[in-house]
Amino acid sequence: MNVSLSLIIAMAGLFGAGIYVMLERSLTRVLIGFLLVGNAVNILILLMSGGQGPAPILGDDPNAHTTDPLPQALILTAIVITLGTAAFLLALIYRNWWLSKLSDEVPSVDEDDLRDVEEVFETTSDDESAITMALEDSDDSGDS
Amino acid sequence: MLESLAPALAPAVVIVPLIGAAITLLLAKFRALQSMMSTLTLALSVGIALALLFAVDAGKTIVVSVGGWMPPFGIVLYVDRLSAIMLVISSVVLLAVLLYSMGQGIADGDRETPLSIFHPTYLILAAGLFDAFVAGDLFNMYVGFEMLLAASFVLLTLGGIGPRIRAGVNYVVISLVSSVFFLAAIAIIFGATGTVNIAQIAERVAELDFNTQLMLHTVLLVGFAVKAAVWPMSFWLPESYPTAPAPITAVFAGLLTKVGIYAIIRTETVLFPGGALQVPLLIVAGMTLIVGILGALAQADIKRLLSFTLVSHIGYMVFGIAVGTAQADAAVIYYVAHHILVQTTLFLVAGLIERVGGTTSITRLGGLLASAPVIAMLYFIPAMNLGGIPPLSGFLGKVSLFFSGAEVGGWLIWTVIGLGALTSLLTLYALARIWNMVFWRGAEEVADYESPLIDQLQEAEEDDGRVVTKEVPKLMIGATSVLVVATVSLTIFAGPLFDLADRASGQLDQTTYISNVFPDYSNAGQVGDD
Repeated sequence: MNVSLSLIIAMAGLFGAGIYVMLERSLTRVLIGFLLVGNAVNILILLMSGGQGPAPILGDDPNAHTTDPLPQALILTAIVITLGTAAFLLALIYRNWWLSKLSDEVPSVDEDDLRDVEEVFETTSDDESAITMALEDSDDSGDS
Repeated sequence: MLESLAPALAPAVVIVPLIGAAITLLLAKFRALQSMMSTLTLALSVGIALALLFAVDAGKTIVVSVGGWMPPFGIVLYVDRLSAIMLVISSVVLLAVLLYSMGQGIADGDRETPLSIFHPTYLILAAGLFDAFVAGDLFNMYVGFEMLLAASFVLLTLGGIGPRIRAGVNYVVISLVSSVFFLAAIAIIFGATGTVNIAQIAERVAELDFNTQLMLHTVLLVGFAVKAAVWPMSFWLPESYPTAPAPITAVFAGLLTKVGIYAIIRTETVLFPGGALQVPLLIVAGMTLIVGILGALAQADIKRLLSFTLVSHIGYMVFGIAVGTAQADAAVIYYVAHHILVQTTLFLVAGLIERVGGTTSITRLGGLLASAPVIAMLYFIPAMNLGGIPPLSGFLGKVSLFFSGAEVGGWLIWTVIGLGALTSLLTLYALARIWNMVFWRGAEEVADYESPLIDQLQEAEEDDGRVVTKEVPKLMIGATSVLVVATVSLTIFAGPLFDLADRASGQLDQTTYISNVFPDYSNAGQVGDD
């Protein structure tokens, strides 16, 4: 089985960089690390598919050495899964940022405040104004 | 009738919850209809799982080639007795917890479940779980894992409040890392054997060089061990589970770790039989047992304490898998069933205690025996069961595990048996302390109570010392009672269940698996050779 050295180097580089960035405290970097590692695994699957060859759909010569289509199907599935997870992580990061921004301004945000906040958040489409409204809201409840 | 239907049931067990999820998503505006729909879906799943169990136990293992693509080209669904048992237990638990959470949701005005996202996500979790149990293909199993993980991310961070987001981040990152491990393992196995079909891997892996086998085996086990929360990959679990709403913690605790255990059983019996990693597995089992339970002893918060006992008791199952005889596998299967039910029930009871007592910290709870005798009973039975008091199923499971270990012998196995017995006692101690503090202690004693028992306990980080009590709906009590009855019936019907577990472990071996997927096993080497 012949594999391309450049792909191996690319995979190793992605793995190394990905794991290094994943170990950072910042969530955004964790996400970037996750994406890098995800792509590194995809390259690994590609490397494991055996030698190169023409697309399996072309020609009907039974002896032609075509590429194995299965790993490509696996990679496609893995890409989709990575995309979905990345979307969720982004939402999580955004929520986290939002919560930390709130608690910077209001030292004690408790659950009840957050529920009010949630309602405000759902009724407005503009995030900045939602945050301002939420802050005003919880200021009121904090003072009383 | 059942004979001809059976092959259709294997895909149905995955498809039904998925369709249910789609319908409940469409019904987002109609709460009552949505709840009814998801109850119906899970009830149907229980029915399908039971039918599968009967069909499979009557004789023939069900192997379905999805889309008519014959293995090894297509995806195979494989349902033998072990899969069917896991399906039945998990669908029953999912249904009971759904009823419990509906009780809670109705009482709380559904504030815990914004945007009606709970029901669809919960059903997708179920579908992913079932898919992992019926997968006859490593990549399909990976997809099942990802489905249930993605759903579990959403469920764990429901409501998006601060502590849950923090715990969620931990959980999400750890899960992603373990998934990457699993996927990388699949890639390497594919490179070595040219297939992802479990039966075909099993067939080809024996031809590989011993060291290559060992490497594939280890990478795969590491991926599964993170999911199963086996020491030293278990520290994420007590950090993330307890912050979720009680029913969700209960489902996670009961089922998600067991998917990892299920995958480890398949790895050790079908993919890499022969116990090449027996010694490391035994060491890891012993450490899981003892480190987990020592963690539990230091906790004041009931949910955290239960999370630590959960981690600890995973060690029993790993021990049984490591011993690896047919008898040990049967004991593991019985123990998995017992542990899913008991651990889920205890977390549900913790949720009840939280509502009645307003907190889950045992330093501030008291007098619940007088004020909530029903909950006291619901706690006492599964607690004694988990602690391994005869004649309950926890005792039976542990004893049969120890016996099967003793038959093999060797100092390492005896050491782990010793650790297992010690863990059992310490579990009993931890749970009895909850009983003493929460139920027996009078409510008036709580204010200035001094005891070496609770001197140095660690409170949960997110505990802010507030006490908010809520009334307990009958549906929550009812659902918990059903599970308590189920745990007791594991004891009452222990004889037939052990026979079933024996029959299940009898067909776990590699040869049976391969010849079920490739009926002309001896020629199977030529099939799909490249």
